[in-house]
Amino acid sequence: MADPVGDKPFLQFTNVKKTYDHKSLVVKDFNLDVAKGEFITLLGPSGSGKTTCLMMLAGFEDVTSGEILINGRSVTSIAPYQRNIGMVFQQYALFPHMTLRENLAYPLKVRKMAKDEINAKVDEYLTLVELQAFGNRHPGQLSGGQRQRVALARALIFAPDIVLMDEPLGALDKKLREQMQFEIKRLHDQLGFTVIYVTHDQTEALTMSDRIAVFNNGIVQQCAAPHVLYERPANLFVADFIGESNKIMGTIAQVGDETVTVRLADGAEVSSLKANCTEIGAPTTISVRPEKLTFTDRLGGACNQIKARFVARHYVGEYIRYQFETADGSELVVKNLNDSSAPQFSAQEEVALAWLAQDSQALDRPAPQKTT
Amino acid sequence: MAKAPAYFGFWYRLGTWLLKSTSWLVLFFLIMPILVIIPLSFNVEPFFSFTKGMLTFQPEAYSMRWYSAIFSDPKWVLAIKNSFFIGICATVIATALGTCAAVGLARDDMPARRLITALLLSPMIVPLIITAAGMFFFYSDLGLAGNYLGVILAHAALGTPFVIITVTATLAGFDYSLVRAGLNLGARPVRVFWDIIMPLIRPGVISGALFAFITSFDEVVVILFMAGPQQRTIPRQMFSGLREQINPSILAIATLLIILSIIMLVTIELLRRRSARLRGVEA
Repeated sequence: MADPVGDKPFLQFTNVKKTYDHKSLVVKDFNLDVAKGEFITLLGPSGSGKTTCLMMLAGFEDVTSGEILINGRSVTSIAPYQRNIGMVFQQYALFPHMTLRENLAYPLKVRKMAKDEINAKVDEYLTLVELQAFGNRHPGQLSGGQRQRVALARALIFAPDIVLMDEPLGALDKKLREQMQFEIKRLHDQLGFTVIYVTHDQTEALTMSDRIAVFNNGIVQQCAAPHVLYERPANLFVADFIGESNKIMGTIAQVGDETVTVRLADGAEVSSLKANCTEIGAPTTISVRPEKLTFTDRLGGACNQIKARFVARHYVGEYIRYQFETADGSELVVKNLNDSSAPQFSAQEEVALAWLAQDSQALDRPAPQKTT
Repeated sequence: MAKAPAYFGFWYRLGTWLLKSTSWLVLFFLIMPILVIIPLSFNVEPFFSFTKGMLTFQPEAYSMRWYSAIFSDPKWVLAIKNSFFIGICATVIATALGTCAAVGLARDDMPARRLITALLLSPMIVPLIITAAGMFFFYSDLGLAGNYLGVILAHAALGTPFVIITVTATLAGFDYSLVRAGLNLGARPVRVFWDIIMPLIRPGVISGALFAFITSFDEVVVILFMAGPQQRTIPRQMFSGLREQINPSILAIATLLIILSIIMLVTIELLRRRSARLRGVEA
């Protein structure tokens, strides 16, 4: 699934399983290879097992079975305080009775570093997160964004091998969150540490990560680079969870090398990239991103077409969102850039929508999904 | 108290007035017996009532004789020494044990939490005379009756619940991710306790310690059962003073104890404010 860099991956999860109650597995067979310096995001809905994986890596939860290896050495029997892994907690977890300087100095102090060396390091990291003027304040006297920066600096100051971030931006408002995403990326580029980042925010995951592991029900659904995840989702869950997705129902009529031909409900045949549904006659769902679905006149020549009735047109700002309904009642969404040619339709008007085969995927239609 | 709102009718006004006056009466009956002791302890006569001279504020009606009587009587001096010695030793033990118990009981994964809490708090609920009698028979068999160790242990047992309660209160809402953060940053669990948990629960620990000290300091039932003549404490000495040689030295020592209690109460209140301020900054 993941491509290991070098012969021995820097960090490796092999067949990791976790159960809290010895009945149901929270994490079912987790495998992941991480290269040094990589920014990996564990993305998934709450309760999907991503935070549990992080806690096992940090040493706060036992591994039920399987192994976590750092540089080829198992960490499962190493105490959390000996793992040398930095962590940014969801609620910052800054020590309220210590000043910022004391907070930053703490990991160095417990490592028995010399006093002047500690002071120099603290200065360096305060500068790094642009909080030089606040060193003698207590965390309670800082804003959310500033606290987050301190938490980040404290997790980095002892030069850990790996930095874990557990929804670190969850408590911040949207503007600040974007600023902090940028900040984290800047520090990552500058210092080159390895990051395991947990979030349920897909935009955050897409903009920051080298690779994303999408979790659902304790299983990694797909682990890939953001653009692969978005453009070639491996299954319907990923297609649905990452961004928006139009779902067009049909059955597989023909299977080629790269593409499949799908017969739609109205008898029309369209072609699509081959994904995880390759059996002739099998029901399939074609997934097309709303910005890849457009009006026939915009795509000359060979393209897939489907007829749909116009339902609504929403003005979003940078784009216009059109809502259509197909003959079988399913909804289709078209996102069209807000340019001068964005068309107008009258109610119930029949419109032909088009997309290119390479922008669509024929995915397995799963049995009705269990919600956990 | 705020003025009654305009929409209050006659009965509401009457009710408000009754509530106010009852409250004042309760306060009066709580405080008067304590306050009345103070002037009486300066009585020049060996009586427990105000003399004519006292009521007319004649200086010669007042004296410090009962205070000097206390400090020149070896029985009282021993009692004072005993009270502080036993109180301080019992407080140290109770504080250490109570803090450990509270920290342990606050953990989510602690089995039989309620049962253990109930057991540890039971000395507060079980009538003291029963505890004392039980301790007497049990400690006698162990050779702990009639010596300092026995009395100290008994008082520590009585003081521990107070420490558990105050420390548990400061641990409520304690952010355990701070503990994880400490471990994650490389501190061993014991270090995390002293560097991170202890500073944050210190107000609870100190006020618990003060409660434990006061418990020991004014405890008389267990002392009656357990203490030999060598371990007489102030309350025990007052108790026998009431029976044997009734004179205002009891009032003098009582006044001193009142002053000590006020100092302790003020200390607790200052600590409470300090912790509230710390938490206010934290929020």
